[in-house]
Amino acid sequence: MKILVAVKRVVDYNVKVRPKSDGTDVDIANAKMSINPFCEIAVEEAVRLKEKGVATEIVAVSMGPKQCQEQIRTAMALGADRGILVETDTALEPLAVAKCLKAIVDKEAPDLIILGKQSIDGDNNQTGQMLAALAGLPQGTFASEVVVADGKAKVTREVDGGLQTVDLTLPAIVTTDLRLNEPRYASLPNIMKAKKKPLDITNPADLGVDAAPRVKTLKVEPPAERKAGIKVADIDALVDKLKNEAKVI
Amino acid sequence: MSILVIAEHDNASLKGATLNVVAAAKAIGGDITILVAGADCGGAAEAAAKVDGVSKVLVADNAAYGHQLAENVALLVAEIGKNYTHILAPSTSNGKNIAPRAAALLDSQAISDISSVESADTFKRPVYAGNVIATVQSSDAIKVLTVRGTAFDAVAAEGGSATIEPLGTATDAGVSTFVGEELAKSDRPELTAAKIVVSGGRGMQNGENFEMLYKVADKLGAAVGASRAAVDAGFVPNDMQVGQTGKIVAPDLYIAVGISGAIQHLAGMKDSKVIVAINKDEEAPIFQVADYGLVADLFSAVPELESKL
Ligand SMILES: Cc1cc2nc3c(=O)[nH]c(=O)nc-3n(C[C@H](O)[C@H](O)[C@H](O)COP(=O)(O)OP(=O)(O)OC[C@H]3O[C@@H](n4cnc5c(N)ncnc54)[C@H](O)[C@@H]3O)c2cc1C
Ligand SMILES: Cc1cc2nc3c(=O)[nH]c(=O)nc-3n(C[C@H](O)[C@H](O)[C@H](O)COP(=O)(O)OP(=O)(O)OC[C@H]3O[C@@H](n4cnc5c(N)ncnc54)[C@H](O)[C@@H]3O)c2cc1C
Repeated sequence: MKILVAVKRVVDYNVKVRPKSDGTDVDIANAKMSINPFCEIAVEEAVRLKEKGVATEIVAVSMGPKQCQEQIRTAMALGADRGILVETDTALEPLAVAKCLKAIVDKEAPDLIILGKQSIDGDNNQTGQMLAALAGLPQGTFASEVVVADGKAKVTREVDGGLQTVDLTLPAIVTTDLRLNEPRYASLPNIMKAKKKPLDITNPADLGVDAAPRVKTLKVEPPAERKAGIKVADIDALVDKLKNEAKVI
Repeated sequence: MSILVIAEHDNASLKGATLNVVAAAKAIGGDITILVAGADCGGAAEAAAKVDGVSKVLVADNAAYGHQLAENVALLVAEIGKNYTHILAPSTSNGKNIAPRAAALLDSQAISDISSVESADTFKRPVYAGNVIATVQSSDAIKVLTVRGTAFDAVAAEGGSATIEPLGTATDAGVSTFVGEELAKSDRPELTAAKIVVSGGRGMQNGENFEMLYKVADKLGAAVGASRAAVDAGFVPNDMQVGQTGKIVAPDLYIAVGISGAIQHLAGMKDSKVIVAINKDEEAPIFQVADYGLVADLFSAVPELESKL
């Protein structure tokens, strides 16, 4: 069984991103970049399926500028066998990413495609669902457990009210939630080995995808600031403030 | 403009989130239709017909839609959605599961989690864990949007008198089946709709200690939430997680207990009207957003708070 995982290059989750002062874009010129945490969970899940003997090959795909090779190499150090970079300097929207992935799915014919549920920069939470629609495949989004057996994936999903379990015929799309697994750290020998694994480079045009944006960012701004509050001395003071000043209890 | 709102419901009744979405639809302006897709969902359809400002309710009542499987519902939404300029769904796990899938079928770049309507094609939405608010303009003919409930005041659940129109056909994509669900049962208000939320973090140390928070919550009529750390550690179930990748809440009062205030947590609660933080570390970042901070050991402060309410 072949697994395709999508890995996105994003600003590291520890970085507090701010808009540029002219409001045209965010200021991330020198920010630390990492693999999107949910994509790391996706890679880990694929690697575990391979270790269990369920999967035989893992292909990591990323779309974006050539620096995305770093995130593909990270995925390889964690256990992906080879990589594909869809290179572009256009900021791709989820629909364009999904179209590129669809073209790759057509070529590679994976049995399982694992993506993050959301990337921590765009926070869109769309790509997996869009790919599933374009490829006509079932989707198990926000997964906290995936069991693959008998041509099916049984996916437990984190939903607003609790957990939901669905059976999906393969090939299927899974998007990861936080509690699916805890990703491992890459060992130094594996980081070295990853450098020699094959990495193909293509681009949206070669995949037949029109990546022109549909949504224009007109402005970015910081959110409304909260004014600094006060410290209260004890519970009595707190209850008094909540009753008589804030009037919320 | 003609707007299709995808109802959030449990077949028997309409969920409150739908009312916030209708509010966003009103802000866009135009004729508003609600789609109720479900099985034995007459109750939800009747409730939808009473919602203020809605002119029509379309009902797709079929076993294929009973558990809101995205594969089936998205086909339906894309099919009828062709006749509308806007398709709106709540930013619930269900809305996020279905809306992007329907959007891709319509070749539309969906816009997630809008927090304000600037015009019929321009919206604001938070990105980067809410550290940045982007104003974005869509050029797609059919705009597919998910709506952040806390950003729009709910319209009245009563007062409307929409016509109810049953839809005849149903499609089962045949690639997914519902196996089961484990839904949390609670007499407390729903996290995203509660006026008061009491949340616990890693500082709570274990699940049993959350009892202290439940007691406070019950005195206040509050919902109980948690940080990711508390959920990951298994203290409480996933549906209680507040934050960038959990639930977004904006109650009148948010009480954070033993929560440090990581940006991912703040992203889910910093629009609350009044924030209280109880933390033994006076340097904890949560105090930077708290209106009232109490530096104290939660194990003495929380029982005392409960006794004084
Ligand atoms: C302030 C701001 C301004 C922006 N302006 C523009 C603009 O003007 N035009 C524009 O086109 N875009 C713009 N973007 C980028 C855009 O909003 C999203 O970041 C982009 O569309 C991807 O969405 P996402 O990653 O949030 O998708 P999600 O659906 O949240 O991603 C889910 C998963 O899909 C997979 N995935 C997504 N993208 C990739 C990828 N590139 N490679 C590999 N896997 C991937 C990953 O597995 C990921 O975990 C802007 C972003 C920001 C924050
Ligand atoms: C991709 C990604 C997504 C994430 N999404 C979310 C999300 O949606 N929601 C979320 O919450 N987090 C999220 N996080 C995690 C986030 O970064 C933090 O790790 C998390 O919020 C920390 O939880 P905490 O404040 O409970 O724990 P900690 O940071 O460990 O803080 C515990 C606090 O309790 C205090 N404390 C301890 N004992 C006591 C006591 N006896 N009395 C009083 N105070 C005490 C301590 O002083 C400390 O401040 C995400 C992280 C990533 C990478």
